[in-house]
Amino acid sequence: MSTAIAEKRPSTLRGASLPKWAPYAIAAGSVALGLGISAAAGLNSSIQWALMAGVLFVLGTYVIAARVEGRRQAKDRVATALVWVAFLLAVVPLVSLVWSTVSRGVKVLDFYFLTHSMGLISDSEPGGGIYHAILGSLEQVALATLIAAPIGVLTAIYLVEYGRGNLAKAVTFFVDVMTGIPSIVAGLFILSIMLMFDMQPFGFAGSLALAILMMPVVVRSTEEMLKLVPNELREASLALGIPKWRTILKVVLPTSIGGITTGIMLAIARIAGETAPVLLLVWGNSIINANPFEGAQQSLPLYIYQQYANSAGAGAAYDRAWAASLTLIAFVMILNLVARGIARWKAPKTGR
Amino acid sequence: MDTTQITDAPPPAPHIPAPEQKRAARGATRPGDRIFLGLSRGSGILLLVIMAAIAGFLTYRASIAISKDEADFFTTFEWNTQLIPPKFGIAVLVFGTIVSSIIAMVIAVPIAVAIALFLTHYAPRRLSGPISYVIDLLAAVPSIVYGLWGALILVPHMNGLYGWLNDYLGWTGIFSWQGGAPRSMLTVGILLAIMILPIITNVSREVFRQVPQMHEEAALALGATRWEVIRMAVIPFGRSGVISASMLGLGRALGETMAVATVLSPTFDIQASLLDPGGGTFAQNIASKFGEASELGRDALIASGLVLFVITLLVNGAARMIIARRKEYSGANA
Repeated sequence: MSTAIAEKRPSTLRGASLPKWAPYAIAAGSVALGLGISAAAGLNSSIQWALMAGVLFVLGTYVIAARVEGRRQAKDRVATALVWVAFLLAVVPLVSLVWSTVSRGVKVLDFYFLTHSMGLISDSEPGGGIYHAILGSLEQVALATLIAAPIGVLTAIYLVEYGRGNLAKAVTFFVDVMTGIPSIVAGLFILSIMLMFDMQPFGFAGSLALAILMMPVVVRSTEEMLKLVPNELREASLALGIPKWRTILKVVLPTSIGGITTGIMLAIARIAGETAPVLLLVWGNSIINANPFEGAQQSLPLYIYQQYANSAGAGAAYDRAWAASLTLIAFVMILNLVARGIARWKAPKTGR
Repeated sequence: MDTTQITDAPPPAPHIPAPEQKRAARGATRPGDRIFLGLSRGSGILLLVIMAAIAGFLTYRASIAISKDEADFFTTFEWNTQLIPPKFGIAVLVFGTIVSSIIAMVIAVPIAVAIALFLTHYAPRRLSGPISYVIDLLAAVPSIVYGLWGALILVPHMNGLYGWLNDYLGWTGIFSWQGGAPRSMLTVGILLAIMILPIITNVSREVFRQVPQMHEEAALALGATRWEVIRMAVIPFGRSGVISASMLGLGRALGETMAVATVLSPTFDIQASLLDPGGGTFAQNIASKFGEASELGRDALIASGLVLFVITLLVNGAARMIIARRKEYSGANA
C-alpha cells in the first residue's frame, strides 16, 4: 500500500516530467492548427497541411518539453517525434500506392479481362484484356527461371561446398556486383548480341535478360541457406563413405530445399515485374503469341507501360493499366507470401 | 589425368596404398564427384563470363557509335543520331541522373534511417514485426507500378507543393516554377525516394538490430536518454552499414527506368529549376528513344548504357567494400 502511494507522488530524483498524454495532445493540437492555418490561407493541398502539422508538432514538442523537463529530455522527445513523423510521412505514399492500385484496379478486373487479348481493340477504346500479357509473362519468366535457377543453385553449391581460393573470391565479388546491374543494362547486353546477328525481338531474348537479373539473387539466397545446413550432417554422411556429390544431393540440398525454393520464388517475384529489358527485347504485341521463340510477345509490366504511354490519356486505357497493375502486384505478393510460408514451414532445424 | 581408372569399380577399394587413398579422399576423383564439381565450378565461371561479356559487348557496340559521333560524347548537349553527321552526347543525361538521384537520396536516407530506428528502438514490439513484414513486401512492388502511381496520382498532388515552393523559395532559381505540369526532376526524385525507401530501411534495420545490447545498456546505465543512446551507441555502430545501404539504394535510383520514363516529360536540355519539366536520365533516355532509333541510334543508346553500367558498378563495388570492411572489425556481435 505504502509503495503505491509513494509512486503516485512526483519523485524528487527524476525531476518534472510531462504527463503520458502530452505527445498525443501536442499532435492533436498541431494537426488542428495546421488545418486551421491552411483553411485560413485558402490552401487546398493535403501535402501542405500535413507538412505544416508535422513541423508544428516537432516545434511544439521541443518548446513545451524544454520548459518543463529540461533541454536533454526535450531533445529526446524531439527525436522521438521526428522518428514518428518520418514513419508517418513514409506510410502515406505507400498506403496511397496500395490503395489506389486496388481501388482503381478492381474497376475492370473480371474474368473477361483475364481471358481476352487486345487484338481487336485499339488502346483508346474500352474492353479488351490481358490474356496475351499473362501468357507472355508466364512463358518468359518460366524460361528465365529454367536457365537461372540451376546455374544459380550450382554456383552457390560451388561457393559453399567447394569454393576456396581466388576463383571463389572472384565469383563472390562479381555476384555482388551483378546484383546491382540495372535491368536496362541487362537488356542492352542481349540487344547488342541480337544486333550482331540481326535478329527481330522475341520472347526468349527477354528471358535471357531476366535470367541475368535473376542469377545473382538466386546465388545469394541459396548460399545463405546452404550455410545454415549443420556441418555435422555433412560429416556424418561423408563418414559413411558416401561420395561428396551424393552427400550434397541427398543430404545438403534436401535439408535446405525450403530455403532455396523461397529464394527462387522471391527472385521470380523480382523479375516478373521487370519492364525495361522486355521493352527492348520483346517489344510488346497486342495479339496472342504463345511462341516465345518467334515474334514479339507481350508481358504484364510492359502492358501496363504501353497502356499508360500509348493511349494519349484515354480513361479506358488507364483503367486497364490499373487492373493489370493489380494483377501483377497480386501475383508478386502471392509469390512472396507463399515463399515466406515455405521458408517458415521448411526451415532447417539447426538444433538451437 | 585418369591415372586411378576406377570408373568401373564403384566400391571403395581398400587395396589402394595409403598415400594414394589419401589423395583420393581429398581431391574429386570419383566420376560423380568430378562431374558435379565440374558443373558447379562451370556455373561459377559462367557467371564471370557473363559479366565479362556484358562489358565486352557493350564496349564493342559503344565504340562503333562513338567512332561515328562527330561531337564529343561526354560534353555534348544534344542527341541527334539522325543528323548527317550525327551528333550526340551524354552531358544532359549525366546531369539528370545525378540530380534525380541526389534528390532521392536527400529525401530517402534520413527517413529510412528514422524508420529503421523506429522499428528497432521506438515502435512497440507488436507493431514493429508486422511493419517490417509489410516493408519487406513493399520492396517487391514492381517499379512500373510505382511509375503508374507516380504519373497518375503523385503528379497531380505535386501542384500544391510546387506552387508553395515557387512562392517562398522561387527567388533561389532552383525552385522557380513556370506553371507547367509538375513532371520534373523534383517529382522524379521524390518518386525515386519512395521507391528506394524500403530497401534502405531493410538493410539499416538489420544493422541496427545487431548493435550489441551491452553498449546500449551501458549508455542507459550512465543516465542517457533514448536519443543519447542512439547517438552514442547505435549510430556509431551502424554508420558504415547505413552508408552501404544508402549506396545500394543509390545504385537502384541510378538505374531506375520505368518510374522515370512515366513521370518525367523529357527534353534534351538542362533546366536550371528543379520544378520545370525537362532533362532526362540514362535509363529513361534509353527506354523512350529506343522505339524510333535507327541502327546507329541503338548503338548510341548502348554507349550511354555502358556509362550507366560503369557508374553503377563503381557505386555497388564501393558499397560492397564498405560492407566487407565492416565484417572484419565488427567482432562485437558475438
